Amino acid sequence: MRTATPAIEVRNVGRTFRVKGGLLGKDRHVVAVDDVSFTVPQGGVLGVVGESGCGKSTLARLILGLLKPETGDITVEGLQVADMHRKARARLIQPVFQDPFASLNPLAKVRDIVAMPLIAQGNIARAEIAKRVEEMLTRVGLTSEMSGRLPAELSGGQRQRVAIARALVLRPRIVVCDEPTSALDVSVQAQILNLLAELRRELGLTYLFISHNLAVVEHVASEVAVMYLGRFVERQPTETLFAAPEHPYTKALLASVLTPEPGLGVPDVGLGDTLPDPANIPPGCRFHPRCPIAEPRCSVERPLLKPRPAGGVECLLAPDLR
Amino acid sequence: MSALLEIEQLEVTFGGRTHRSTAAVRGASLAVERGETHCLVGESGCGKSVTALAVMNLLARGGERRARRLSFQGDDLLKLDDGGMARLRGNAMAMIFQEPMTSLNPAYTVGSQMTEVLRRHKRASQRVATDRAADLLARVGITAPGLRLGQFPHQLSGGLRQRVMIAMALMCDPQLLVADEPTTALDVTVQAQILRLLAQLQRDLGLGLLLITHDLGIVARVAHRVSVMYAGEVVESAATSELFANPCHPYTQGLLRCVPVPGKIRRDQPLGSIPGTVPRVGPGFEGCAFRERCSFADATCAHTIPRRNAGATHDYLCRLPA
Ligand SMILES: Nc1ncnc2c1ncn2[C@@H]1O[C@H](COP(=O)(O)OP(=O)(O)O)[C@@H](O)[C@H]1O
Ligand SMILES: Nc1ncnc2c1ncn2[C@@H]1O[C@H](COP(=O)(O)OP(=O)(O)O)[C@@H](O)[C@H]1O
Ligand code: SF4
Ligand SMILES: [Mg+2]
Ligand SMILES: [Mg+2]
Repeated sequence: MRTATPAIEVRNVGRTFRVKGGLLGKDRHVVAVDDVSFTVPQGGVLGVVGESGCGKSTLARLILGLLKPETGDITVEGLQVADMHRKARARLIQPVFQDPFASLNPLAKVRDIVAMPLIAQGNIARAEIAKRVEEMLTRVGLTSEMSGRLPAELSGGQRQRVAIARALVLRPRIVVCDEPTSALDVSVQAQILNLLAELRRELGLTYLFISHNLAVVEHVASEVAVMYLGRFVERQPTETLFAAPEHPYTKALLASVLTPEPGLGVPDVGLGDTLPDPANIPPGCRFHPRCPIAEPRCSVERPLLKPRPAGGVECLLAPDLR
Repeated sequence: MSALLEIEQLEVTFGGRTHRSTAAVRGASLAVERGETHCLVGESGCGKSVTALAVMNLLARGGERRARRLSFQGDDLLKLDDGGMARLRGNAMAMIFQEPMTSLNPAYTVGSQMTEVLRRHKRASQRVATDRAADLLARVGITAPGLRLGQFPHQLSGGLRQRVMIAMALMCDPQLLVADEPTTALDVTVQAQILRLLAQLQRDLGLGLLLITHDLGIVARVAHRVSVMYAGEVVESAATSELFANPCHPYTQGLLRCVPVPGKIRRDQPLGSIPGTVPRVGPGFEGCAFRERCSFADATCAHTIPRRNAGATHDYLCRLPA
């Protein structure tokens, strides 16, 4: 049965980077993704949130097959990403990145950028390519007049539309969106979020949606994972996470969402001024140096995942519901 | 008594009077009262930074500033020569930027940069200056100020650097602090911490704070008064609670609908959005610059638009009555 196969399945995936020290400095061993496991069902939207450097983009690149995991394995639509040919992978899963300017060839016209994935397949007729590019550009709201322009001749929002057209032109099943609206103004962000939502419904897509903006994630995701120093420290259905966050880090993140409600002031998020260092993961609970409710055992005992009906939380002080 | 900072009919153009020139600020007026936080809000390219730089007389080459009135503590800034302005900057009026590294010198320690300000403006001794620097670092929530004084900017995280910038701006007891997107580059948790700090300092020290942001959430939480900027004009100005309760300009209304707020709009419902993007406007532009994107626009919007009152301290620039 098709629906029984998750769109994305990630099992015990880990990835580190060795970063060269300076002249005298020692090499640093950066832990980007640390033994992460999860699944995303067909048609679901998993939102991933967390501070910069916590491993979100690394996770995205691992799932896209742009980076090899050191441990664990990843399947999309039941197929091992590692074993898949580049062309087959492109038909299944596609990225949309934050900065469309960096990810679009500055010397190529819009229509050629969107045609690239079709051309790369090597077996699609010219006329068919032209037709599909035209359809896709219209679908993402770009006029035919724009298809002859260069990326530099477009606004940020238009460039992101080009990136979305390029991602969808092969009709993939899964789209990995890494901060797709972070570089855009709010009025344009809303246009792009609405477009992504329409396309998902129409085409039955599955999204992995990364953002540092929790309000955006709340609007688009059916489930949310909170990432901290390479691990998912909490994962819950969106409503549950926002109504009853359990992990103290999730609570701090939610407290720092400044909704446009006058009179509430800026809350105390209670995290102190030490920042996490992925080259130096604290023992015990990796969040303990910043945790406002940490107990002595938090600095020695490593928290295990406490399952929840549709997710889990990794905090020693969270209740065991089993 | 006049306001702390008064800006009346400020105009800034770049590139002379040719057809390629930009009218970055067009007749903007606003006043910052003593002990008040005034937020200047708008999307990128609306002229917020240029307004601030024009006040500080720090416009880039090619920028030309004119105003009916520009006064600080009742003194005419338009009449001050470069030397007079330099004596004010960093002293009675201080500015902090989005990227602290634009004003921190990587070659000097935090301590030497902080003390230099006080020694230059107030001729303080090194010891007095060092004590004050350490006090202020502690005041902005930096643990181990002694250690930080001896460090170089690159040894600090983004959040710590911004705290150092704030402490440095406070060295000479300014009356006015101009902060241009001071938290835009920071993670949300750190952003909340820095904003809370700024609001606290503003209250405790009775500062006039001109806070520039594109984020309506920040505006709602920290501003006493708001000016909304669009294409170089202040299109609406009101007390914060009034602006959010009764936004009158279609741009303000549109912006407020674009912002995702957890729990407000269901996931399968589209966000409100504004079509199109901010136009670039040249000198001599007539009518409402928002008309291309406005759903209320009619033929009269291409002509001079009246400024209307929606209350004693609430005005907006639109043909529509309140
Ligand atoms: N190619 C790389 N080489 C070395 N370090 C990397 C590389 N990619 C990511 N990292 C490091 O891995 C950590 C996680 O990075 P990233 O996945 O980009 O985080 P996020 O997207 O959440 O900001 C960071 O410490 C980052 O510096
Ligand atoms: N040095 C400059 N030369 C030419 N145009 C400039 C310069 N600085 C700003 N501008 C233009 O002035 C307008 C307002 O810019 P800015 O004040 O930086 O916007 P904001 O801070 O609201 O994002 C923009 O159209 C920008 O391109
Ligand atoms: S003046 Fe016209 S175009 Fe401008 S905001 Fe008002 S109705 Fe819209
Ligand atoms: Mg990233
Ligand atoms: Mg700016």
